Amino acid sequence: MTAVPFQKRALLRRLHGGDALQTAALIVLVLVVLVAVLAPWIAPYDPNGLDLSAALGGASGDHLLGTDESGRDVLSRLVYGARSGLLGPLVVVAVSTALGALVGVAAAWCGGLVDAVLSRAMDLVFALPGLLLAIVLVAVFGPGLTAPTVAMSIAYVPYVGRLVRNVAVQETTRPYIQSYRVQGWSGWTICLRHLVPNIAPLVLAQSAMNFGYALMDLAALSFLGFGVQPPAADWGAMINNGANALLQGAALPALAPGAAIVVAVVAFGIVGEGVADRVAKREA
Amino acid sequence: MTEQPVLAVEGLRKTFGDHAAVDDVSFAVPPGGSLAIVGESGSGKTTTARMLVGLERPSAGRVLVDGADRTAPPRGRTARLARARAIQMVFQDPYLSLDPRVTVADAVEEPLRLHFDLDPAARRARRDELLDRVGLGEREAAALPRRLSGGQRQRVALARALAVEPRALVLDEATSALDVSIQAQIVELLRDLRASLGVAYVFVSHDLSLVRHVADDLLVLRRGRTVEAGRAAAVLDGPRHPYTRLLLDSVPRPGWDPARIAADRRALD
Repeated sequence: MTAVPFQKRALLRRLHGGDALQTAALIVLVLVVLVAVLAPWIAPYDPNGLDLSAALGGASGDHLLGTDESGRDVLSRLVYGARSGLLGPLVVVAVSTALGALVGVAAAWCGGLVDAVLSRAMDLVFALPGLLLAIVLVAVFGPGLTAPTVAMSIAYVPYVGRLVRNVAVQETTRPYIQSYRVQGWSGWTICLRHLVPNIAPLVLAQSAMNFGYALMDLAALSFLGFGVQPPAADWGAMINNGANALLQGAALPALAPGAAIVVAVVAFGIVGEGVADRVAKREA
Repeated sequence: MTEQPVLAVEGLRKTFGDHAAVDDVSFAVPPGGSLAIVGESGSGKTTTARMLVGLERPSAGRVLVDGADRTAPPRGRTARLARARAIQMVFQDPYLSLDPRVTVADAVEEPLRLHFDLDPAARRARRDELLDRVGLGEREAAALPRRLSGGQRQRVALARALAVEPRALVLDEATSALDVSIQAQIVELLRDLRASLGVAYVFVSHDLSLVRHVADDLLVLRRGRTVEAGRAAAVLDGPRHPYTRLLLDSVPRPGWDPARIAADRRALD
């Protein structure tokens, strides 16, 4: 009722005000997701269709982004690459956010020894380079999307966990949480029904930024050959593959996936910061 | 006072490190009674209030509600709910004590759902009755706290606390964040509620001018210790301790001399 005009106003402000950059970033993200979902219908060619006679062709009417050294259509590979490019980070963000929220809230709510143990454990994981952990897991489980994704999911827990802990510690000292305690609610109920929803926007903002970072890390791993294996289309692997073509004067096979990664990561960063800004404004 | 006090505190003490925030405080509140705890910032009055409702654990001493010891944290759901039904609290800042995501109606219904086995229609009726008691209507019920004024929010906090039907209500500076005119309305409301519901009050305040209107008994705290206690009117009309006199002199009125009060204040230290 009264909430509707308020939302409308916020929407108008977002479209007309200084948030044009964020609107653009949001549109980019929606497009990337659509491309990934609709890949089979959008891609003009089979991403793995070899045509050696057309190898390293530049941009043309037939191949908008040219072809790679095996004559595969770069645009089609880029479109299909969005799938593994988004799926990996999605899993990383979902798992690390869930675990991080659990650890952070537990540390904040219990305090004392539990807080000390969980916080030190997070410091420990934090100190461990994620890429190194991924390489170790790849050595054990073999290359592919799984091992790097599992490694990154673990490595990203402290990013979320620390934030959640700090925000939750602040939130639990607020009178509204204490009044739930005085009312007689159990700690579980207060955390799940009231604490977590109230800190969720901030965690969401961090997760959006983490999505970008995870995308970059996973692309780096597949660039190094630990991730998605050829001939599957993957942005990181495409850059690796295109490195040779670069020496032969064809820039697009490496440049196109590189640009895609940059655009996606930057877009996630902008959207994440936008959410964080809005949360901060609402708190003020 | 021959009947058992609804709330009794014996030798209550709370230390943070070496500092004793509350030191050997004792008092009793009869059923339907009203006790004011006054003192300036840092006198330990808020810490005392928090120990009463179980938000702080006393370092020593006992808190008895209807004769039952509730010093240790409760074990299990039944004990937790029984304690909540004994004492509720209204916090100082109504801008922070309501969940920003929960509408007024839900804020009052939640404790009803937790404590009473009512069908939805009966719960809604009880909710409306509670809101009506504190002077809030349907319009406010549908709103989120941020749409309400400070006075309205404090009314919501009151309705929410009363929903549990507590024997005693701790009001921690419950009117000091409000404008003076709104303050008077809330004080009036508190008097009505006490008269009609028979709920006992522990009124924590730094404002002595308010105390006369809401409290039967008065306890003056300074640096965590009781400096004076007695019937509110008697203490306010004939303060015996210099600190109580100072607090009374500090209330602005004609002929008020801030410089002399500051000098007295230093002499007391």
